[in-house]
Amino acid sequence: MLKLGVPSKGRLMDKTFDWFGSRGIGLRKAGHDREYSGAVDGIDGVELVLLSASEIPRELAAGRIHLGVTGSDLIRETLVSWDSQVVELARLGFGGADLIIAVPKFWVDVDTLEDLDAAAAAFRATHGFRLRIATKYHRLTREFLKAEGVADYQLVDSQGATEGVVKNETAEAISDITSTGETLRANGLKILSDGVIHASQATLFRGRREGWSGAQRATLKELQRKLGL
Amino acid sequence: MIRDVDAETRRLSARFESLGAIPVSSEVLLPADTLLDLYGEDIRARAYVTPDPIRGEMVLRPDFTVPVVQKHMETRADPVKYTYAGKVFRKQESDAQRATEYVQVGFEVFDGQAPAAADAEVFAAIWDALDGAPVRAATGDIGLLIAAVKGLRTSDARKAALLRHLWRPGRFRSLLDRFCGITKVPATRSALIASKDPFADSGPEVGVRRRAEVEARIESLREDAKTAPISAEERAHVDAILGLRETMPNVLSNLRDIAMDLPGIADAVDLMAARMEAFSSAGIDVESLPFEGSYGRTTLEYYDGFVFGFYPVAGGVPVATGGRYDALTQHLGHGASAPAVGGVIRPDLLLVLGGRG
Repeated sequence: MLKLGVPSKGRLMDKTFDWFGSRGIGLRKAGHDREYSGAVDGIDGVELVLLSASEIPRELAAGRIHLGVTGSDLIRETLVSWDSQVVELARLGFGGADLIIAVPKFWVDVDTLEDLDAAAAAFRATHGFRLRIATKYHRLTREFLKAEGVADYQLVDSQGATEGVVKNETAEAISDITSTGETLRANGLKILSDGVIHASQATLFRGRREGWSGAQRATLKELQRKLGL
Repeated sequence: MIRDVDAETRRLSARFESLGAIPVSSEVLLPADTLLDLYGEDIRARAYVTPDPIRGEMVLRPDFTVPVVQKHMETRADPVKYTYAGKVFRKQESDAQRATEYVQVGFEVFDGQAPAAADAEVFAAIWDALDGAPVRAATGDIGLLIAAVKGLRTSDARKAALLRHLWRPGRFRSLLDRFCGITKVPATRSALIASKDPFADSGPEVGVRRRAEVEARIESLREDAKTAPISAEERAHVDAILGLRETMPNVLSNLRDIAMDLPGIADAVDLMAARMEAFSSAGIDVESLPFEGSYGRTTLEYYDGFVFGFYPVAGGVPVATGGRYDALTQHLGHGASAPAVGGVIRPDLLLVLGGRG
């Protein structure tokens, strides 16, 4: 069996089902709506595994599923050297969201990463601690800021309602996912003009083919043919 | 193999002790705040940082420098030499083949009187301890780069910005290009500088960073806009220094020429000359010793003077590295300086290379 991991609920699941369905592969939940088992029509040898989108990167890397649909941001955040662990098969064209750096709109002096870096240096000198950036995307943010040569900041963990941290004075800036930017604006924040870390979308990945059987390889070929990949 | 590394570790330790170094040790689990303070978030990608429910964040010792300096600050003997041996732990996020834990044997000299001689002593001690293993030496001098930046004919603010990013070559380059007028000022910044009411349509004042801080930065941007560009000639000299890749004596004569136009580096060049002499006195063949102007810029940012490394001739990670870290001791000593230079050897790599045979 070739195991295909798909987000277990919400728009991401529905859109993934639509994407496969329009290409002749029927994916659906089996049994009751609350059950996380699935069924596949239109091809033999593929098993649908419904999982949280955030667990799919790890399961793919561990080889417990062979294919998976998840956000490209989650793959990059979760897996070290992601492109040596999984292969991108198709960008599905939905689930789009940008991981961005945002600062208070009232920081009229900060529009670029160069500004952020200079403001961070002055902030540290004034307040005695490094400028705090709240995020749940630690790796992506740190690697981005390192590559861009930004110093004197610290990452603080924020697993939800990240846009509110500035108002609450638990961080000075944020690194977060946004699709429309509306919540940012409502919280008096603006995106740095060169502050897009990653433009994410739902993507079909496959894991390393180590230990795959001949039948699994053949099934993947057939699936790719049917999907037109 | 493990026994061999133990034996090699003991041999190196005994050797450094015979040079008068006092053996010191350190905890394996260290408070993370000092390291985070020094290196920022980057340390999380290189060291194992872990939360402790009572002590806050702790880190598995990524090197001995910080704990040894902290020990030294308790006594502040000068001159004094230390040696240590033990495991260090490094995350390897990009290369699974590289070791995550390995032994370092170190030799550190705290000597405020004769820095050139101390540089030579450490370099010679490390090289001798490698015992004829097939390595090539690399040397550099961060102090020379610092002097070159400080010697630029530009504002103190620009010099400070460049010095802050000496260890981040990409940002350093983009700042230098900006200050030389090669990169245009972003339109948003020009508009801000020209604006009579920069806070119009800026939304509510939120967060810890206050309006006065924003105003102060606008003022500094306005000042900067009035500052004349760094000349193409001075930029060329900085590039020439960064691009140096020659034997030490040839580098020195090049630098003497550059110092005619960039007098700010004269003292640093004199120190290099004194160091080269001290190397000769220590029996090192300086005629063939390589020097790289950019060497040491991409390692952890505490070296601020002489830097060196020994690399397997066949390629690969260095078997020994070291350098001078006066600013680090000053930082950890809360202003009290304790000029120091040191180096470490990895006995595991040295064994693989083979010394005496």
